[in-house]
Amino acid sequence: MPNIAIQVKDIQKSYKKLDVLKGVNFSVEQGSIFALLGSNGAGKTTLVKILTTLLKQDKGQAFVNGFDVASQPDLVRQSISLTGQFAAVDELLTGRENLIMIAQLRHLKQPHQVADDLLIRFGLTDAAKRKASTYSGGMRRRLDIAMSLVGAPPIIFLDEPTTGLDPEARIEVWKVVKELADGGVTILLTTQYLDEAEQLADRIAILHEGKIIASGTLAELKKLFPPAKVEYVEKQLTLEEIFLAIIGKKEVA
Amino acid sequence: MATIQNIETRQGTYSGTKVQNHFFSDISVMLGRSMRHIFRSVDTIFTVTITPIAMMLLFVYVFGGAIQTGTGNYVDYLLPGILLIAIASAVAYTAYRLFNDVQKGIIERFRSMPIASSTLLWGHVLTSLVSNAISLAVIILVALIMGFRSSAGILPWLAVVGILTLFTLALTWVAVIAGLAAKTMEGATAFSYPLIFLPFISSAFVPTKSMPFIVRVFAENQPVTAIVNSIRALLAGQPVSNDIWVALAWCVGILVVAYIFAMRAYQKRM
Repeated sequence: MPNIAIQVKDIQKSYKKLDVLKGVNFSVEQGSIFALLGSNGAGKTTLVKILTTLLKQDKGQAFVNGFDVASQPDLVRQSISLTGQFAAVDELLTGRENLIMIAQLRHLKQPHQVADDLLIRFGLTDAAKRKASTYSGGMRRRLDIAMSLVGAPPIIFLDEPTTGLDPEARIEVWKVVKELADGGVTILLTTQYLDEAEQLADRIAILHEGKIIASGTLAELKKLFPPAKVEYVEKQLTLEEIFLAIIGKKEVA
Repeated sequence: MATIQNIETRQGTYSGTKVQNHFFSDISVMLGRSMRHIFRSVDTIFTVTITPIAMMLLFVYVFGGAIQTGTGNYVDYLLPGILLIAIASAVAYTAYRLFNDVQKGIIERFRSMPIASSTLLWGHVLTSLVSNAISLAVIILVALIMGFRSSAGILPWLAVVGILTLFTLALTWVAVIAGLAAKTMEGATAFSYPLIFLPFISSAFVPTKSMPFIVRVFAENQPVTAIVNSIRALLAGQPVSNDIWVALAWCVGILVVAYIFAMRAYQKRM
């Protein structure tokens, strides 16, 4: 049986009279990418905040890396990192300084070395000495994710990692996420884009009005619906494919 | 993928040491971060150091000739009030920096890391103390060039440093409340305007004797007058009156109340 990195049992949360989460259950296998799919206001961010110890649930239990988020928050925080909805980089510091700062707060032995390694890995070496405020949206997101990798936490939470990014930057982020999972990191990401979940996730859970209404692999989810009818239609390019073809980028496979 | 593996091992894993063990080193990381913010912001340096110095020059060389303080050197009379104005303008930037951290989401990154949750707040408070110490030192240096002289010995100077530190701490915690509670950038810094204005209705620039009755009652019973009078007496090597106890009571009182509300606002914000 594979190891479970995240386990969520009947998590409930309400703000005043508004029930945001009404008993959420799922588990995430170690080393897999799990996508929490839902529209705005479905409760995705609330759930991520509970799992990353920023918020306490009203009912239910959640375990991250085997630790209870409510009673062992320090141990949970040592096992995770969070990349929030808005790139949480320090704009007045350079990319390198941002990484060094996090490495120092993680009490790593060689913060400068760690920073330089991550700058290479995320293709930010040339921009290392520039203030993060001068970065493009995609670069900022890459720096943001690089900051989450400082100290190599085994579990990473990405809350809407591509919201607000242009298609190119979006593909850059997808590439990074895939590489991370290949390296054995467990990833829980939230998204409101169907194609993002389809591209990245090993398992997908659909969160709707505070409940998981469907979950499984993409193939399993497809089985829930009647088999596709075979029809012959002319292949139409999507606008995204046209856009990327024009600007000369290859889509990631 | 071999390179990635190498990087992972070099980064190491967590030692599992207790969060508390690193509290002071974590705060110093935060201090380093905020001090970089200050030195990279021309606007901040201008407001907290150049403006008070310009005001000092203006009052000494333009208005000073017409002001009767009954003491010899007007710059000696003026300096304590200028120092308080510098502190009051500087804490607005503490509120601004904290507001930014909350708005830009970097606070959530810090809070999801294995560091004490109050690290960020204490980092901002320490930054306020250190940056104010630097700007006050610069202002005092300029005052010396302008002819400011003090006959005070080590102990009175230490007392002055103590009062200024308490005053800075008190206003910094007020700034923390503003930075956490504000909805807009303007809201985060607006609290400092009355604080900057308070010295003008006190004994900081002119003796309160010259003021109309109602203004005088206000001036003599608000904290700035007691603080200014205490610092002025200490620097002049004169015996301090009851003013110093009133000054300390104000500072400690504001500090305690502001600290309690700031911590409450911090818990609520989370």
